[in-house]
Amino acid sequence: MATLFIDNAPYQVKEGKNLLEACLSLGFDLPYFCWHPAMGSVGACRQCAVKSFRDEEDTRGKLVMSCMEPVRDQARISIQDAEAVGFRAGIIEWLMTNHPHDCAVCDEGGSCHLQDMTVMTGHNYRRFRFNKRTYRNQDLGPFLNHEMNRCIHCYRCIRFYKDYAGGKDLDAMGAHNHVYFGRSEDGVLENEFSGNLAEVCPTGVFTDKSLKQHYTRKWDMTHAPSLCQGCAMGCNIIASERYGELRQISSRFNGEVNGYFICDRGRFGYEFVNSEDRIREIGVKGKPEIKDRDSLLRTAAARIREGSVLGIGSPRASLESNFALRKLVGEDNFYHGVADTEFDLVNLTLRILKEGTVRTPTLPEIESADAILILGEDLINTAPRMVLALRQAVRRGPGEALSARMNVPLWQDAAIRQAIQQDKAPLFSITPYPVRQDELATKSLYESPDDISRIGFAIAHAIDPDVTEIKRLSDEERMWTAHMAAVLLRAERPLIISGYGAGSEAVIKSAADVAWALKKSGKDVRLSLTVPECNSMGLAMMGGHRLESALDAVAHGHADTVIILENDLYRRAEKTLVDEFLQKSRHVILLDQVYHQTAEEADVIIPAGTFAEADGTLISGEGRAQRFYQVFVPDGPVQESWRWLQQLAEACGNRTLSHLRILDDFVLEIAKTCPQFEGIEHIAPPSDFRIGAQKIARQPHRYSGRTAKEAHIQVSERKPPSDEDSPLSFTMEGYHGIPPSAVVPFFWAPGWNSIQSINKYQIEVGGPLHDGDPGRRLIEPGDAHTPVFFAEQAAPFPIRPDCLYLIPQYAIFGTEEFSVHSPGIASRSPAAAITVARADADSWGLRDGDLLEFQFNGQEYKLAIQTNQQYPRGMGTLPIGLKGVPFMDLPGWIRLKPVERS
Amino acid sequence: MKPLTGHIKADGTPLTLAEYEQLGGYQALRKALRMSPQEVTTEVKNSNLKGRGGAGFNTGMKWSFVPMDDPSAEKYLICNADEMEPGTFKDRWLLEGNPHQLLEGMLIAAYAIQASEGYVFLRYAYKTAAKGIRVALAEAERAGYLGSNILGSGFSLRMHLHTGVGRYMCGEETALLNSLEGKRATPRAKPPFPQVSGLFGKPTIVNNVETFSCVPHIISNGAAWFQSLSKNPQDGGTKIYGVSGKVNRPGAWELPMGITLRELIEEHAGGMRSGYRFRGALPGGASTDFLVEEHLDVPMDYGSVAAAGSRLGTGTVVVLDDRTCPVGFVHNLEHFFAQESCGWCTPCREGLPWTEKILRALENGEGRENDLDLLAMHAQALGPGKTFCALAPGAMEPLQSALNYFRKDFEQHIHEKKCPYGHTLH
Amino acid sequence: MLSEVEIEEINQELAGVPVKEAAGIEALKIIQRHRGWVSDESLRDVAAYLQMAPEELDSVATFYNLIFRQPVGRHIILLCDSISCWVMGYEQLSSQLRQKLGIGFGQTTADGCFTLLPNPCLGTCDHAPALMIDNDLYRDVSPEMLDEILGKYK
Ligand SMILES: Cc1cc2nc3c(=O)[nH]c(=O)nc-3n(C[C@H](O)[C@H](O)[C@H](O)COP(=O)(O)O)c2cc1C
Ligand code: SF4
Ligand code: FES
Repeated sequence: MATLFIDNAPYQVKEGKNLLEACLSLGFDLPYFCWHPAMGSVGACRQCAVKSFRDEEDTRGKLVMSCMEPVRDQARISIQDAEAVGFRAGIIEWLMTNHPHDCAVCDEGGSCHLQDMTVMTGHNYRRFRFNKRTYRNQDLGPFLNHEMNRCIHCYRCIRFYKDYAGGKDLDAMGAHNHVYFGRSEDGVLENEFSGNLAEVCPTGVFTDKSLKQHYTRKWDMTHAPSLCQGCAMGCNIIASERYGELRQISSRFNGEVNGYFICDRGRFGYEFVNSEDRIREIGVKGKPEIKDRDSLLRTAAARIREGSVLGIGSPRASLESNFALRKLVGEDNFYHGVADTEFDLVNLTLRILKEGTVRTPTLPEIESADAILILGEDLINTAPRMVLALRQAVRRGPGEALSARMNVPLWQDAAIRQAIQQDKAPLFSITPYPVRQDELATKSLYESPDDISRIGFAIAHAIDPDVTEIKRLSDEERMWTAHMAAVLLRAERPLIISGYGAGSEAVIKSAADVAWALKKSGKDVRLSLTVPECNSMGLAMMGGHRLESALDAVAHGHADTVIILENDLYRRAEKTLVDEFLQKSRHVILLDQVYHQTAEEADVIIPAGTFAEADGTLISGEGRAQRFYQVFVPDGPVQESWRWLQQLAEACGNRTLSHLRILDDFVLEIAKTCPQFEGIEHIAPPSDFRIGAQKIARQPHRYSGRTAKEAHIQVSERKPPSDEDSPLSFTMEGYHGIPPSAVVPFFWAPGWNSIQSINKYQIEVGGPLHDGDPGRRLIEPGDAHTPVFFAEQAAPFPIRPDCLYLIPQYAIFGTEEFSVHSPGIASRSPAAAITVARADADSWGLRDGDLLEFQFNGQEYKLAIQTNQQYPRGMGTLPIGLKGVPFMDLPGWIRLKPVERS
Repeated sequence: MKPLTGHIKADGTPLTLAEYEQLGGYQALRKALRMSPQEVTTEVKNSNLKGRGGAGFNTGMKWSFVPMDDPSAEKYLICNADEMEPGTFKDRWLLEGNPHQLLEGMLIAAYAIQASEGYVFLRYAYKTAAKGIRVALAEAERAGYLGSNILGSGFSLRMHLHTGVGRYMCGEETALLNSLEGKRATPRAKPPFPQVSGLFGKPTIVNNVETFSCVPHIISNGAAWFQSLSKNPQDGGTKIYGVSGKVNRPGAWELPMGITLRELIEEHAGGMRSGYRFRGALPGGASTDFLVEEHLDVPMDYGSVAAAGSRLGTGTVVVLDDRTCPVGFVHNLEHFFAQESCGWCTPCREGLPWTEKILRALENGEGRENDLDLLAMHAQALGPGKTFCALAPGAMEPLQSALNYFRKDFEQHIHEKKCPYGHTLH
Repeated sequence: MLSEVEIEEINQELAGVPVKEAAGIEALKIIQRHRGWVSDESLRDVAAYLQMAPEELDSVATFYNLIFRQPVGRHIILLCDSISCWVMGYEQLSSQLRQKLGIGFGQTTADGCFTLLPNPCLGTCDHAPALMIDNDLYRDVSPEMLDEILGKYK
């Protein structure tokens, strides 16, 4: 700790930080632009100037940029010094010389960092009397709006986009006071994290285009702490609503999970909530008169009671909803609504994490890994946010070394980046095909899943001879495995990443063996295994049977009534099987949010709340239990699945859920009855939590028009809904200070209307939220026992004539079921084509775009192909989940139909 | 004594290698190669050679900051031949007239810091110099002065000529490094200084053409001799001074460091043209404060010019006469600086165009009462330490001194609503 | 499409640099030498050849004032507008020149012969005012000399 004198008062601050961070952490309001807590300092904007004094005698002092000066013990600075105050106001005055006076029509208004800093510095009167410069704007694609005239040239956009996120198609053009931040020409911003620009940009240059479709000011929206449902990373988000429409998703800081940033699938994939395809009404086939909850419950209950029932859970449904279904149908009749291969992969993953010796990493742990091995994962498409973390990780090691050598602190971002040049920490990526993370890799190999696992086991063997030696490796493979093992052994904090992506249990097992071997040799190693969906992990932890057995049960007449929870079975099993299953079932009761193929076959349809209309708990791939909260109460019968299921149980006379009414009841019951979920009751305050007898307001204190907003329907204001499930209120009434971190509905502090107010919610700037980052890890490895290695001996991948080993390929924009309902996401979705090695296609006489005809599991298929020179021979990939791509439970061998040559 | 320019031919064509050798060329290199790198650096340090690029930092001292502990570590040596400071034309003379002298200086410097790669960063407009340097590089290589194992010493150096594509900022040494790396010429944060982390992140020395050109003479004749060339023991050597403006004989001359401004203008430049009176001068290029009549006897060395409230800068004097409007004069400078701002930091990027617009308004009779306050505000707020690099503070030097010395002219513009010199800007 | 000669020249530059981006400016100069200016298409081609995004290269290209991202005439006139030339009669020279050419700064004559650009200090202040046409420097230029100078390039 150092003593820092600020305007003559002593403060204890951490050494190693810069003065700006120190001042902000102490609660001072010091303006800044170019600095960002995640991106460090570059000293461009000169907004954060303070006076620095040599010693007590020095009365003149000199201006310094607080973001560029390290904290030194006994340093004396002044924030209030007149010259410093004047200079800071002057910076705003300069920025305003060209900034348009369009706050009233600017999307940033009311959550604008520039507005905040303008007020903070007290710049009021315009002295610049000349013309402003103007720019032409660009069309940057579906996600972001561009309005360059508002630019204040803080360079934060390209520092995020280029430096932090590795994007290439946005840059600074031109010079002097005509610098332009844009693309070379109009076009889609390609980087998967582009949406963060809307938050990183301190003005209205980059704004959320999807919000623009239904624009509402920050203060006029109802907000809720939520979780992204796009993948299993568990990124924390803020969901914002008005007029019963979900309007915006923004990142909610969680230092352990997503930090400040989320990916574009997460930010822009929300539009399904408002979509035409939503299931909003109750639907009973043949009985259109049933429209209300009670009659529906009666009808459904009658059908459930009629026969023997089974329930199919969902990896995209909350823990509470899956639990409720399991209770309703009984443990023996509870099945997982996931493809069988996925079921096996996720269960294996869970076993490895539970019974193994190595922990999963948090986001900061990923960022501080000093050697990384990725086996089989195409991470940008299976766990997008992780790639952003890896990007920071690979420069961390070289950065730290240079920082020490040059005696320049790590937060001197431009200096460190400059010194690092191309250097990076070792990252080895072994995947079936070229992937985004190759950019970060010191070495990439493209191998079939079988061969990936062989390399994995071989690395593990090289680290620990207890793992069986792998036979018949090629010389090149032998050389690389030895090298990778040596590098991992040299590291202090190695990280092994694998998961469901390659569709191979052997790959996952080999990753586990590498991690365990490293652990055994004393390394502080982490193992990250991806799982597909937002609650895949929770579902696996809950337990249940394979989908295959559910299909069997109906086929063999052991069950005839099925309740399907938030699931489209046509995405989980092959069409003929699902068709048969649904036809054979006497009653199909579906609870879901959006219409899909399964819904067409269901005879009872129950409208379930989306994440925006429901509360619940999800377990992320890390094993972290986190809570999401409803943003608004929809009109009509839509409600949480767990609530429907509880009511259904009651209606059936099934008493197992009678004592559970509100969310807390479910949470406590789960925690009590399922030891694996112990602790979830503590991840967020209970519904009766109050601060000074008040609930936490979901609406900001400046929420406007509440008495007028429905005046065209009814002149008197509707009674606002109450929320018995959470400590949050649906109105502006309630507590507006800083609530417990798990229930922060929005970031807003006096003087800080923009997202930069996050600073005020953290213990220290950039650090954890005030009472710790939300969520609780449920899976910790057992005590340091000796691992039981899998040590499998897979044979080299066989290339088979007339056959192709087809593996699934995922797409950040396209694979996920709901996000493609957002037009922007859909427009970024890749082509529905099988990709194969160019040489293979040549040997079949096929070219890009030609149709490949094949058989799989007795079915015939026909799909266009695409070729790639870097693909291994004998293997192909099928983009999963895309429109026009039939479900196949991959990976597997497909048999090619002989090509007829003309 | 004119060691740097004495041998340059009257027609300005470059000395060939043979001519250069005949005059004792490359003997200093031979001598240096027999010394230790450390000894070379010390000799240069002791000579009190101060950087001729404008900042005036002790050259040997700068070299001594290069970490020498790892002999295998790559290091770079760069000659700053970007000469773009308005009013400055001294390096051109050396570059065109005697490229081998520069190469020899660079070779010795490269040896002192054990650099393996050298660059001459030449501004695009110096086409003749580019040709001459290319020839000289080839000659030197053929003669074994460049390349691997130079003169059997075991020391090797590859040398490249890089010609720029515009932008004054390329002269700022860290921006120059970015430009050489193929990037935008925006400056870098210091620390780390280039001596520690420069080109491609490797230790790098950047010096001016004139600075390097002094080095062979220091090595040949010793530090004491070099110091004795100067009239001021604090600063070693001769200096190339220049004068432009309404004088009788504009030009550049190599003279003992520390001759007075009066000698320079009256003797060497032949005094003011008839019909013109001296009103003031920028002593060392566009980014130095005006000196006025009272300063004519100030010796033109680093310390004395600083004491008079300006900077020696590049030592090339731009004269302001009594028939040229000082507001227009300063406007021209600020127009230049506003154009050449790299756009990185706020005060410079936004403040300079504002300054330029006010000066334009004044000149066109559209000045307002508070314009002088606004100009003064800028002169203050764009000062040293407040912007990211030295461009903006440099830009404010002529402005702030003009506001001081020529205030009446500024006021007249406002009150008469026109330029008293009858000048307008379009 | 880059020509073989252009590729050859770019390769030579690439040989001397540790990272491809470092050859970007040189590559742009090469293109400009052959084609007079750098069109969007040329920029994309060079960027692709250097494995850079067009944005990365354009960011550099647009920073420097002597990389031309718009078509220019056969000859480039750089008229020094800095302080010594200004003192020594730049304004007269400039208006005469513009009048003779019938264009303003940044424009190209209708016959495509000249593009006129203002340029900071040409480093020949003792012979002000000065201008450069292509590789030729003209010093102590008076308006009367313009016809003869321009005549050489017509
Ligand atoms: C905006 C700006 C432009 C500069 N231009 C030049 C230049 O053209 N030539 C030069 O030698 N130094 C120039 N300098 C100074 C260099 O940054 C650097 O100090 C110098 O090259 C060091 O060499 P020296 O120590 O030999 O003087 C410039 C500095 C600034 C701030
Ligand atoms: S002062 Fe700032 S904007 Fe001006 S040239 Fe230097 S860094 Fe660029
Ligand atoms: S925040 Fe310190 S200079 Fe921009």
